[in-house]
Amino acid sequence: MASRIVMSKLSPTMEEGRVLKWVKQEGESVDSGDVVVEIETDKATMEVEAMGSGVLRKVLVEENATVPTGTLLGVIAAEDEDISSILQEAAPAAAATTAPATESGARAALPDQPASPARAGDGGRIKASPLARRMASQSGIRLDQVRGSGPGGRIIKRDIEAAMGAGLAAPTAAPATPAPEIEYDIPYQRVELSQLRKAIARNLVQSLGPIPHFFLTREIDMGEVLKLRAELNDALLESGVRIGVNDILVKTAAQALTEHPDVNAAFAGDHIRRFTRVDIGIAVAVPDGLITPVLRDVAHMRLREISEASREMIARARDRKLAPEEYQGATFTISNLGMYGVDEFTAVINPPAATILAVGATQERPVVVDGAVEIRPRMRVTLSCDHRAVDGAMGAEFLATFAAMLENPLRQLL
Amino acid sequence: MATNITKSDELLGLDRDALVEMLRWMILGRRFEERCGEMYQVGEIGGFCHLYIGQEAVAVGALTPLRKDDYVITAYRDHVHGLLCGMDPGRIMAELFGRVAGCSKGKGGSMHLFDPAVGFMGGHAIVGGHLPLAVGIGYAIRYRETDQVCVCFLGDSVANIGAFNESLNMAALFQLPVVFVIENNQYGMGTAVHRAAAIENLADRACAYSGMQGWTIDGMDVLEVRGTIEMAIDRARTHKLPSLIEAKTYRFVGHSMSDPNYGHYRTKEEVSQFKSHDDPIKRFIERLVKRQVISAADLDSLEQEVKKILDDSVEFAKSSPIPQPDDLYSDIYTGEFPGIRRRDPWR
Amino acid sequence: MALITYRDALNQALREEMRRDPDIFLIGEEVGAYQGAYKVSRGLLEEFGEWRVRDMPIAELGFTGLGVGAAMVGLRPIVEYMTWSFALLAIDGIVNAAAKLRYMSGGQFKMPITFRGPSGAANQLAATHSQALEAWYAHVPGLKVVAPATARDAKGLLKSAIRDENPVVFLEGELLYGMKAEVPEDEDFTLPLGVSDVKRPGDDVTIVVHSRPVHSALRATEILEREDGISAELIDPRTLRPMDIDTILDSVRRTNRCVIVEEGWPFCGIGAQIVDDIQREAFDYLDAPVARVTGADAPHPYAGNLEQLHFPQAEYIVKAARRVCYRE
Repeated sequence: MASRIVMSKLSPTMEEGRVLKWVKQEGESVDSGDVVVEIETDKATMEVEAMGSGVLRKVLVEENATVPTGTLLGVIAAEDEDISSILQEAAPAAAATTAPATESGARAALPDQPASPARAGDGGRIKASPLARRMASQSGIRLDQVRGSGPGGRIIKRDIEAAMGAGLAAPTAAPATPAPEIEYDIPYQRVELSQLRKAIARNLVQSLGPIPHFFLTREIDMGEVLKLRAELNDALLESGVRIGVNDILVKTAAQALTEHPDVNAAFAGDHIRRFTRVDIGIAVAVPDGLITPVLRDVAHMRLREISEASREMIARARDRKLAPEEYQGATFTISNLGMYGVDEFTAVINPPAATILAVGATQERPVVVDGAVEIRPRMRVTLSCDHRAVDGAMGAEFLATFAAMLENPLRQLL
Repeated sequence: MATNITKSDELLGLDRDALVEMLRWMILGRRFEERCGEMYQVGEIGGFCHLYIGQEAVAVGALTPLRKDDYVITAYRDHVHGLLCGMDPGRIMAELFGRVAGCSKGKGGSMHLFDPAVGFMGGHAIVGGHLPLAVGIGYAIRYRETDQVCVCFLGDSVANIGAFNESLNMAALFQLPVVFVIENNQYGMGTAVHRAAAIENLADRACAYSGMQGWTIDGMDVLEVRGTIEMAIDRARTHKLPSLIEAKTYRFVGHSMSDPNYGHYRTKEEVSQFKSHDDPIKRFIERLVKRQVISAADLDSLEQEVKKILDDSVEFAKSSPIPQPDDLYSDIYTGEFPGIRRRDPWR
Repeated sequence: MALITYRDALNQALREEMRRDPDIFLIGEEVGAYQGAYKVSRGLLEEFGEWRVRDMPIAELGFTGLGVGAAMVGLRPIVEYMTWSFALLAIDGIVNAAAKLRYMSGGQFKMPITFRGPSGAANQLAATHSQALEAWYAHVPGLKVVAPATARDAKGLLKSAIRDENPVVFLEGELLYGMKAEVPEDEDFTLPLGVSDVKRPGDDVTIVVHSRPVHSALRATEILEREDGISAELIDPRTLRPMDIDTILDSVRRTNRCVIVEEGWPFCGIGAQIVDDIQREAFDYLDAPVARVTGADAPHPYAGNLEQLHFPQAEYIVKAARRVCYRE
């Protein structure tokens, strides 16, 4: 009697799982109760035990492949048993998404995708009014990214309008499907999403909108920075170059990001891009909006270069002279409203970056130093993080490094 | 009141030309129908095709005394009535062939011949359905205050349908110049008259309508038919009174080309008996020969003349094209009918 | 303009047309001496005489054919039925004769005849006297079918029907005869057949409705506006064959939603045809399935409460509009 090994639904939210490791190999004999395969669910790694004895006759899903729950993974049967009918019914399981940890990102062994992607968990076609289909097709919105509010989940006109209102890059719901393509010419290392990461991405996006933000605020003592800036400007007096606090913040952020590459990253749907270069955008207010000139490869720039380059770009930004490639594609952004006397604020992430730093005014505040109250120049910064890519601890560690570097500038020399 | 008129041995006072003309019509009617049967058998004519063979005396006797501006309306056994009204035999044959040169452009067929230009108002295939139309034509004649008449032929079975009473009642009530001629060929398709009508002489029903005269006559005697209808026409034209004539006749062929001539409803012997002893054409010829109105040579030349007409009509029909696909949607309405093909994207 | 009843608007149309053309005559039960069962032909016998206004015996098949026969030889009859339910006895004359004579004769006949009379339910007349059979006639090639809802439409359309060279089935509303509207007194006033009337413009949903339910639908649009903020467009096709479907389609392409209302039965009804036209020609503009509100799929009952339940009430139209707007 043949027995099937399937991707079991092991939690209420589980829709797919990844085959981690075949413990038994094709042709190997199996006793009921033996662990045959390890799978990774959205919550945990699980061992799947054989429900019957015989030989592992067929392995249908290779290691590292992700398949929907219910997919037949393998067949255990007697050595001479005919399992062709079981294999036939499993044919659709070929549509598994294998996700090898390679740079290529290709979906291995994947047949042609169906023209209209089925809604996950629905198992059937997407229900949409004819008008909604037409509107979606005209505006390039994928119906599988729109949640239908009509009867039975039918997608109707108002759902498409909402999706259009949210912007093409921000459909009302984006379950674990690829985010709009992020193609910037920034070198990166591809990090595969774990099932846990996928679950976090899926869940958070549903609760917080297109990019699930969270915010970390920290107060930093700026005494050393101010002192350093004065000394540097004294030294540069004749050159005409003046270092600003912001320049120091940019330089310091680049240094800190180099130490915390997981924060210099972006969520890209089915993977995370951990950028191997630090490109910092500087938010600049212009008469009718905001623009972010981007300094490239800041980690390798000297403070003076940063100062000159940023001054030049900010001037051109205000004159609207920047080319698109000069204000798009930052891996990290600094938005400073300190000059407006803002104590602290939160900033909205500027894609493709996963983080943005909101800088408030440096103000004299009473603080306790070694048991005594002192008046110190203090600055509050708030880091906004895309929770799909960055967790709280990751952000906090980055902030700690950033603060330490500012409070002890010499540390940067290390 | 149904009354038999005296057998007319005096040839109704008609001159030789008129008598030969009647004979010529009878022969044309007979031969035309025979040719139709032939064309049906070779597949040139389709559908239901009801032949008039055996009944010629009725139409010929009834229609030869009409004026050109009078109206004629009948049921589906209508070819000979159309011919007698002056319809072109070629256009009738072309209609039966389903060709554009047909009188109805090939869209009516055997049961729906029309030619209002010669006063032939059809050709109606729903039994009894045309009687009210005849009443309307009669009403229009009175409305316009002309002295035309309308002759309406009907089969024996129509005497039992509701429209018969409604129509005869209105014709009498409004005093309309309509002559109803029942062609009692003794069978409504396969049902003998006595099995369908609770009366022996159908014309007796005329007594139900004030002012209506009824006659039951020998429908195999063309002169008796003609003599009777002349009286009825005079009543209509002069006195605006309707009449009901029942001409007892016999169909020598099956109800239609698709139906058996005899079998369960009538015997072969019965049909043979009528054919040999009561053929209206034979009877008329014998009489004309006996009275020395015509000779064998006259007959021969009549047959030749008729054969030529039929050959020409078949030739004409065959030479006519079949209708164009667009004709499917023509002649439904006068003028443009918006969107008439809108729901038909396939043809 | 004058504020007159639907009944008097029809009377004006008949009188004006009969004065204009001596070939026009009116026949039917009680049209003459009795002045019309519903007084539509009041005063006509006196003005035009018995050959032009003729009382008929109760013989619908007979006098229908009388009209058709007269039309075959060039007169322009108007045949009145005391109700369209009685015309069931005459349907051979309308469907087999009037509708087909032109076609079967290859275009040799014109058929300038108007069949008219009250249609639909009245008050507690029960099943045989309360039928809305327009779908039957609209089915037949060769006929035109008109069903006016207001006095103005009744006058303008009846005049056009009488002037038409084709057989026109003209369905009046038994419960509409007493309704008043502003009607042009101009003798040249006509309304063309085959042109829809937008009785109320709107943006959110198209309501297509003809004959008496037009008035229920108008009430429904007010409720929708007041209670739901739904702006409904009300289109009365007025002529059911040929139907001006383009006006309906244009509206549906704009509103993306449609409710079709009729007094007749649902199966194979007028609305079923309009739904087909919409799905065929405006499929990609639909945001919801088209909804229909019809008479109940049952013979018409006598009891007052059941009769009210049979009608396509404003309340049902409101519900249907809400559903297609996803506002339930």
